[in-house]
Amino acid sequence: MDSKMQQHGLLGSESDSQRTLYPYVTGTSVVALKYKDGILMAADMGGSYGSTLRYKTVERMKAIGKHSLLGASGEISDFQEILRYLDELILYDNMWDDGNSLGPKEVHNYLTRVMYNRRNKFNPLWNSLVLGGVKNGQKYLGMVSMIGVNFEDNHVATGFGNHLARPILRDEWHENLSFEDGVKLLEKCMRVLLYRDRSAVNKLQIAKITEEGVTISPPYSLKTFWGFSAFHNPTVGAEGSW
Amino acid sequence: MAKQHANWSPYDNNGGSCVAIAGADYCVIAADTRMSSGYNILTRDYSKTCKLADKAVLASSGFQADVKALQKQLAARHLIYQHQHNKQMSCPAMAQLLSNTLYYKRFFPYYAFNVLGGLDNEGKGCVFTYDAVGSYERVGYSSQGSGSTLIIPFLDNQLKSPSPLLLPAQDAVTPLSESEAVDLVKTCFASATERDIYTGDRLEIVILNADGIRREFMELRKD
Repeated sequence: MDSKMQQHGLLGSESDSQRTLYPYVTGTSVVALKYKDGILMAADMGGSYGSTLRYKTVERMKAIGKHSLLGASGEISDFQEILRYLDELILYDNMWDDGNSLGPKEVHNYLTRVMYNRRNKFNPLWNSLVLGGVKNGQKYLGMVSMIGVNFEDNHVATGFGNHLARPILRDEWHENLSFEDGVKLLEKCMRVLLYRDRSAVNKLQIAKITEEGVTISPPYSLKTFWGFSAFHNPTVGAEGSW
Repeated sequence: MAKQHANWSPYDNNGGSCVAIAGADYCVIAADTRMSSGYNILTRDYSKTCKLADKAVLASSGFQADVKALQKQLAARHLIYQHQHNKQMSCPAMAQLLSNTLYYKRFFPYYAFNVLGGLDNEGKGCVFTYDAVGSYERVGYSSQGSGSTLIIPFLDNQLKSPSPLLLPAQDAVTPLSESEAVDLVKTCFASATERDIYTGDRLEIVILNADGIRREFMELRKD
């Protein structure tokens, strides 16, 4: 009875619907900031299948063309689809062979249009995208959500990063951060996310994009501290609890 | 057991307020620069104003993705108009175009709350105010967005507009000078920022007059 009622739902038959209804394999937050020479972006390598940590080496940041870096959270398969769209975009751009290349602003605009269009058809790409890059000395950092909301700023974050990382960035970010300071600031944000976001994993990459190009670091993990005295005897003061 | 569905909404409210005031030979259009989603601030530096034509400036709040799409649509249509008529669109013409564009999506609306300001064909200030599906009227002043309920009564009190029901029709355009109108707008936003959580950060004011277009900024509370 239940499934019959679902089939006559408002959005039409769900059994032969090809629309995205909910995400399956998801990536968590991406955090990025502008620094002196360009953009720094960080994302962990986890792909969660609901509450299961299914994939532990998912690269959620990719270089796009010569001038851009894309990071994504949300549905991993949709991110891979977006990479295919961008491959085609960059290919056609290169085929012009006219000395011009799409900059981060253009790629961000293209992505916004793609995401908005899919939302209009009620079949969204379930991602929050971070697009950063440098072209002709101009740094650019922007974000697009799954329903097409987009903006650019000096620092951006997706998902939990909005709640946990942005406040840190608002307090400690400043113009012309050095590379070391930028990385330290990003690691501070990622550490807080690691402690407090249950879908975060301790295996991350930090990517850098400057006028010279993109470098994505090999995976590494952050040092964490769990030696708080309250963790040693957790039931002190409340016998019977775990 | 019924499956758990992640319900997503194609709409979001990114907040913010817009105001426009028409003067005898100028028009002031203003909006704050905060962009929010739920209880989060996404950015403190997002412009809600858009110059559609030399004499028409649009300020829109609501769902940012729809606002952006709407602005692009209007800008594209304006370009075509210029190609076909070899002149810029007048503000009343743009007003009609905006209304038609909004109504076109009557059954999947642009979640955009618009205020269009500019100079009419005689050089007098004009303000047009809209709802999300295109119903509009020409007024002497207006406000839309999250802070509009706080701003409109204040403007009603300060600008003492004559009733639109009077015959012969009386101009609702304010006798205030340009600088007085700008000050009034700043006061509006300072007040709205106090009580509306979605309004704040910075105020962008666009002033249109016979000499052209000018922009002013003012810091607002960031909490």
